[in-house]
Amino acid sequence: MSNEIEAIKDPGLPAHVHRRADNDEKYARRAENQVAILFLLSALGTILLIVSYIFIPDDIFVFIPIMGEQNIHQLLLGLGMAIALFCIGAGLIHWAKTLMPDEEVIAERHEFRSDDEDRAEFVKTVKAGAGAAGLGRRPLIKRTLGLALGLSGLTPLLLLRDLGPLPKDELKKTSWKAGTRLVTDPGDRPIKASDLEVGAVAQTLPELPAGEHHRSLNDIAKDAVLLIRLRPEDFNLDDERLSWTHEGIIAFSKICSHMGCAVALYEQQTKHLLCPCHQSTFDVTRAAKVIFGPAARPLPQLAITVDEEGYLVAQAPFNEPVGPSFWERTS
Amino acid sequence: MKEFKEGNLVKRLSRLRRHRAAGPILLVFALFSIGTTFQVASAVDTSTTSAAERTVAIEEGKQLFLKGCSSCHGLNAEGGTIAPSLIGVGAASVDFQVGTGRMPMADMSQQAMRKAVVYTPAEINALATYVASLAPGPEVPGDELLNYERDGSVAEGGELFRTNCAMCHNFAAQGGALTKGKYAPTLMGVEPKHIYEAMVTGPQSMPVFSDKTLTPEEKLSIIKWIKAAEAEPQLGGIALGRVGPVTEGLLAWTLGIGLLIGVAVWLAMKAR
Amino acid sequence: MTARERIAGNVAGYVDDRTGAAKWMKKNLTKVFPDHWSFLLGEICLYSFIILLASGTFLTFWFDPSMKEVVYDGAYAPLQGVEMSAAYASALDISFEVRGGLLMRQIHHWAALIFMVGIVVHLLRVYFTGAFRKPREFNWIIGIGLLTLGIVEGFLGYSLPDDLLSGTGIRIAEAIIQAIPVVGSYLAFFAFGGAFPGEAFIPRIYTVHILLLPGIFLALITVHLMLVWYQKHTQFPGPGRTEKNVVGYPLMPVYMAKAGGFFFIVFGVTAFLGAVASINPIWLYGPYTPGQISAGSQPDWYMGWLDGLVRMAPPLETYFFGYTISWNILIPGLILPGIMFTLLALYPFIESWATGDKREHHLLDRPRNAPNRTAIGAMALTFTLVSLINGGNDIIATTFDLTINQMMWFSRIGVIVLPPIAFVVTKRICLSLQRADRELVLHGRETGRLVRLPHGEFVEIHEPISAEKAWTLTSHEQLAPLELPEFDEAGVRRPKALLNKVRNRISRANAVAVPKATETERKELEGHH
Repeated sequence: MSNEIEAIKDPGLPAHVHRRADNDEKYARRAENQVAILFLLSALGTILLIVSYIFIPDDIFVFIPIMGEQNIHQLLLGLGMAIALFCIGAGLIHWAKTLMPDEEVIAERHEFRSDDEDRAEFVKTVKAGAGAAGLGRRPLIKRTLGLALGLSGLTPLLLLRDLGPLPKDELKKTSWKAGTRLVTDPGDRPIKASDLEVGAVAQTLPELPAGEHHRSLNDIAKDAVLLIRLRPEDFNLDDERLSWTHEGIIAFSKICSHMGCAVALYEQQTKHLLCPCHQSTFDVTRAAKVIFGPAARPLPQLAITVDEEGYLVAQAPFNEPVGPSFWERTS
Repeated sequence: MKEFKEGNLVKRLSRLRRHRAAGPILLVFALFSIGTTFQVASAVDTSTTSAAERTVAIEEGKQLFLKGCSSCHGLNAEGGTIAPSLIGVGAASVDFQVGTGRMPMADMSQQAMRKAVVYTPAEINALATYVASLAPGPEVPGDELLNYERDGSVAEGGELFRTNCAMCHNFAAQGGALTKGKYAPTLMGVEPKHIYEAMVTGPQSMPVFSDKTLTPEEKLSIIKWIKAAEAEPQLGGIALGRVGPVTEGLLAWTLGIGLLIGVAVWLAMKAR
Repeated sequence: MTARERIAGNVAGYVDDRTGAAKWMKKNLTKVFPDHWSFLLGEICLYSFIILLASGTFLTFWFDPSMKEVVYDGAYAPLQGVEMSAAYASALDISFEVRGGLLMRQIHHWAALIFMVGIVVHLLRVYFTGAFRKPREFNWIIGIGLLTLGIVEGFLGYSLPDDLLSGTGIRIAEAIIQAIPVVGSYLAFFAFGGAFPGEAFIPRIYTVHILLLPGIFLALITVHLMLVWYQKHTQFPGPGRTEKNVVGYPLMPVYMAKAGGFFFIVFGVTAFLGAVASINPIWLYGPYTPGQISAGSQPDWYMGWLDGLVRMAPPLETYFFGYTISWNILIPGLILPGIMFTLLALYPFIESWATGDKREHHLLDRPRNAPNRTAIGAMALTFTLVSLINGGNDIIATTFDLTINQMMWFSRIGVIVLPPIAFVVTKRICLSLQRADRELVLHGRETGRLVRLPHGEFVEIHEPISAEKAWTLTSHEQLAPLELPEFDEAGVRRPKALLNKVRNRISRANAVAVPKATETERKELEGHH
């Protein structure tokens, strides 16, 4: 016995096994009929689609088990299309499987690699061509071509400049100023302190200046404020932040300091605010300090007080930019 | 008439008392005042119709309370470490909590869940009247107030819902997660009265929605929208829970690719 | 010659006169394609793409990509009189006023989901069978490109109707752009034409979604398919199959019928989903406004893992000299995905570097025979799965009575701890399967029939496996580990010594395998029985 290890050999392609339809005309006919039925089903599907589209009104609802009340026009339109398409496919595949030749064919792979002679020729051609262009011998052309192409590459970038204005301090300002009234969202009604019970929240926006009746979404995206009433003894704030509240009512920017979703989910018993986007949790009693989740900064607090008529107003603009962070944000 | 002496008020009043018309006038006045008092009282509380019935209800409610609620909420509803005080929560709170089966609470978990109602409507009314008698609080809304079909607007209700409610209860009122295992429940299949009471009383984690910031008409619009969403047939096919892309992706990864791979396996199999 | 044959001949001649097509048509019509169900996964992507083009074109005839505010006055009562963008209103009109509109919207969105599922399953098949090895590395890179662009295209697509859910997604995308150091706020203002949300974003992403990206897709898919065509498809090892041949069926008629049929199947299944399963019910979400949000807001699944990473990120921001860097956004949103996709794209080169294998491969690996590769794949899948689950943590929490806090901590820890565990477990499973294969070849299949021998011993009868199966189980290569020198002939330490040492170590780990059964061993065993 030799010391060489003998590996298991390749027995080659197994003998071809014929299908029933190959040998027996009866089965072939049956397969043909099956394919034909599938194609006919498809035709029926298309007819169902056409009939649903033209004749079935779109306000009839029928109860279907599992699915509930369904719009019949929609459902039959879609099912008709689905049957029409699926059955053509099934028919084609069944036809290929049962009736078309299924003897395995072997094809040779050819090496991709060009032979050495071709490669050498290629290199020679490129070198000759490059030599003919003469870039190597003509540095002046090379350098000025580089300059021209390089500069022209700046043009598309420059032409995109007017895509938008420069941010300037847009990200740092909101519409809130000293004396701006808080009004309900929606409804635009000013709010008195007595309007809120302990445990109440209100969605608010700054009152529109006189003469304006329409708020842009751009403004809402920065101005939205959440008003919450607690009992004054529930707060755990320093004196300055406490002075920004009024009789237990505290106001925060509703725009999450993480990525800008609306933070309005207030849990009355725990006094936590939850942002549903990434689950940042803020503690209202400690000026919206982040206690869970990926937000890094508390929600900006809006200093509020009441005006002579008793309506809640802002004492001053926000002391910091609202919304998500950005490079120029100092905090 | 005998002559009045100036400044003699007592004599004057005594004369008026004996006037022939005094009796009828007094009767009219009494009827008028009782009638208006009745109007005012019945507008908010249709459950008890007389002071006597109210007293009976309070007594009955107190007995029910002592038997079923005082072990957690205290003998005088003053609350304690395991349950809050019920003084001032009003009839609406009781009607909501007991009427939806949340109370009595089955276990001391994070959250009281909607479950089978334990008390009969009469008993709930008694409990509510008792708690309301302890201190003033939100009243149970009457049917007249709850006519959302007439007084509410679906479109406005949708806007209000998305601004005030969707962040907890989800855009289609299917419910959503809060922190530490709490959740805002689905609003499907909830009585309009209970939805209203929840907004007014702010049960457990839910905040209070004051009538000035969310007016009663606005509350009715919200209820109308919720009922319309509940009745809305599933447009476009099975709704997959109305919770968004999570269930849609799940269906694509199970039924979608499953069907396609199934066909692919069939396609590549040798025919018999 | 029949009349039909004569006419066909004339047409063919007409075309051939002008293009010389007969020669390459003749060659290509008989091109051989191997038949395995897992080779159809890429076709799912291709056909879904065609369905997207068709259904998408339908939608463009009615969609209005404008953010101008209009008041809704259409068929859906709960939104009557509500202010919304023209884009949202037109999407509502497609859903409720155009016959077949809602069906086509749903087919389009389901096709997008199936497209992405197809890409991932196809990627997994190509990865786990090693089909990305030389000469197919470029095709792999194109595939990763298609994956990345597909994610972007899908995100832009479902953001077009400007509903509350997708608008929230755009807000988050804007926050990612804004968080980029130095240029973030400028890029955000350029992208949105000013502050968020502005009126420029939807029209701009419309152009990207229907023109730029589909054009790039068409180009990439064409190159992708041409490479498969020219390089010929890979095949699984088996009897008669070698590195130098392709065994299968000819393009005409078999493959044309099967592949063509499969297109109709994919279209039919997508239409079925569009008919019976509601997707993206924008009328329930309401129009987008930054003051509103829904509980359980998620992106579509192929971005869910990104959302999960963002949710589990630690709250890290650094402030210095009046500037802010939001690591809590940049790491999960840009840096980590960037690293992941780069590593993914470069994987073929990393693997050939680690194994030293620079040869061409046309025979696929059975995953168990490449335990290291399979284990790395399992590791990556585990990481992505944990992130994906965290992306839906609030829905999972309410469904299974868990808390979002628990899910978050599970994900934070799990995403670091679970992948290495998956690696070890998978590698061990692969080696066990190799062992099972070896047993099968050497001892045959256990039949479950017991026989009592004359001297009382009970033995189970083993049926020897067929020659074809034996070959399939042992035809794979088991590479020896690299042994790159650290010192040259003179004993001087080479400059690449450390790198070589690392490569040796990696390839040693890669070469861990159960030695495959040999004919010699079989003969020895036969002698004993």
